[in-house]
Amino acid sequence: MSDNQPEDGSKRDFIFLATGAAAAAGVAAIGWPLVAQMGKAADTLAAGSIEIDLSKIAEGQQLKMLWRGKPVFVRHRTAEEIAKAEAVELADLKDPATDAERLVPGTSGEVDPKFLVMVGVCTHFGCVPVGEAGDYEGWYCPCHGSHYDTSGRIRKGPAPTNMAIPPYSFVNETTIKVG
Amino acid sequence: MSGHPSTYEPKYAASKWLDQRLPIVRMGADFMTFPSPRNLNYWYTFGGILALCLVVQIISGVILAMHYVADVDGAFASVQRIRRDVPFGWLLQSMHAVGASMFFLAVYMHMFRGLYYGSYKAPREVLWIIGCLIYLVMMATAFLGYTLPWGQMSFWGATVITGFFGAVPVVGEALQQWLLGGYAVDNATLTRFFALHYLLPFVIAALVGLHVWALHHVGQNNPIGITEKTKSDTLSFHPFYTVKDAFAIAVFLFIFAFFLFYLPDALGHADNYIEADAMKTPAHIVPEWYFLPFYAILRAVPSKLFGILLMLGAIVVLFVLPWLDTHKVRSMRFRPVARWFFLIFIVMCFILGWCGAGVPDDIAIPLGKDAGITFYRLGQAATLYYFAYFLVILPVLGLIEKPVKRPDSITKAVLGDQKRGAGLLPAE
Repeated sequence: MSDNQPEDGSKRDFIFLATGAAAAAGVAAIGWPLVAQMGKAADTLAAGSIEIDLSKIAEGQQLKMLWRGKPVFVRHRTAEEIAKAEAVELADLKDPATDAERLVPGTSGEVDPKFLVMVGVCTHFGCVPVGEAGDYEGWYCPCHGSHYDTSGRIRKGPAPTNMAIPPYSFVNETTIKVG
Repeated sequence: MSGHPSTYEPKYAASKWLDQRLPIVRMGADFMTFPSPRNLNYWYTFGGILALCLVVQIISGVILAMHYVADVDGAFASVQRIRRDVPFGWLLQSMHAVGASMFFLAVYMHMFRGLYYGSYKAPREVLWIIGCLIYLVMMATAFLGYTLPWGQMSFWGATVITGFFGAVPVVGEALQQWLLGGYAVDNATLTRFFALHYLLPFVIAALVGLHVWALHHVGQNNPIGITEKTKSDTLSFHPFYTVKDAFAIAVFLFIFAFFLFYLPDALGHADNYIEADAMKTPAHIVPEWYFLPFYAILRAVPSKLFGILLMLGAIVVLFVLPWLDTHKVRSMRFRPVARWFFLIFIVMCFILGWCGAGVPDDIAIPLGKDAGITFYRLGQAATLYYFAYFLVILPVLGLIEKPVKRPDSITKAVLGDQKRGAGLLPAE
């Protein structure tokens, strides 16, 4: 700054702010990759889908398949279990959903209540619940005592929501594709 | 490190030369001659014991890392290989696993000591808070390390603990998957846990440096909680407390060696000898013993989010303790009411640990036929006391409790009132 010019502080302020902004942007630009690398890698995301043949599951039997690192339950429910799941009053549920809402229509467009497909992970802390157990004869989580009914809905215990239904569709009458 | 005037005088030309350029020998010498209260009892030896524990864990851990494979296909087998095939691997692996338990045993003694003698009160608040931070990082390190053998308890413990983050409203699931690097605990999780498990002990070492710095700046507390006033109130750290610490370390090592050589698996869980299986949860997931009280607090309420907040609160409350206990007298020796509540507090911590190990719906205390108090209810009662102790009992006692008469000084507390000039000198 030459002597014959009045001192103009605003120029300095501008340079200070501009430098600070550029430095902050630089830190953010290098910081984001450091944070984002922790997320799901492309191969994990691509670990995609599995097909399950329902015809091999007998009535009263449950199939457990690994999907995206988590078990998927496919249960061929008995008539009694279906009746129990359908008879529940919505008002009694912590996370209200009808049994039909938790099923996906088959190729005919009709919902077949026999096969219940869900992610076999307790919504409390992620343990795998045990089948045909608990106060509602659905599933019981041994970790912290959550009870699920025959539709996989939370009825008692610390879990906040029903067991999740994975995205799935019918490839043909007896085969589903999960994911 | 400040606190007392330096008495170091370099004797040789070379040591003078170094002292003028980097006074590192002076720092060590001043450390060894640090004036410590002359009435420290054996409860004050756990600091030294803990320093040893950290060194044992770092040395054995670095060696284990040379043989360990951080990959879901090889982790479990590599730990078994260390135990069976690597020369002295059985010793080093057990030393590291048992060492973790011994570390927590010592840190709990150290913390209870601080709680009883009021070591968190002014001017030691920052010293106490750094200690709480060390404890927090220790817990993280222990959790990460327990995942590495990739047994059933490793896997499901990791699933449950990372599930805590899933309870955060709105962003919970995204946050949890970001931590795991996938949809569930898997290879990405194992490798990052290994990297962090290797890193955090050095963070602890740095925090220990700050802890000791703060300690030497404000001076040590002591069993009567009265600040040293004269030179006769103190003794040089060496040889008086180096010897006392060394004896305590020897006794501690006996206990350590007993577990190491005779009961190496007693503090672990048998299910961790089964390789991790994402399809099957063990019938009864329990954390390591040193986390059981917090596990009981987590399960004390039938709500996921509130349970986690309560568990975090149990640790956060320690950080703010210096401002909750407003009583002017540090040591509970002179607090006739508080000391009883403190004893109940210790009993409650043990009860919480017992409840953490139990199945919530099982009967803990039978009262007649098929009836009684369940672990769930007992855990709730103990949780209530845990929080009441910090949030109600100590603040209220700070206002109303009358302390008993205290000695005038440390010297008088140790030697009584009789004039024994020679008695102030250590016995020959």
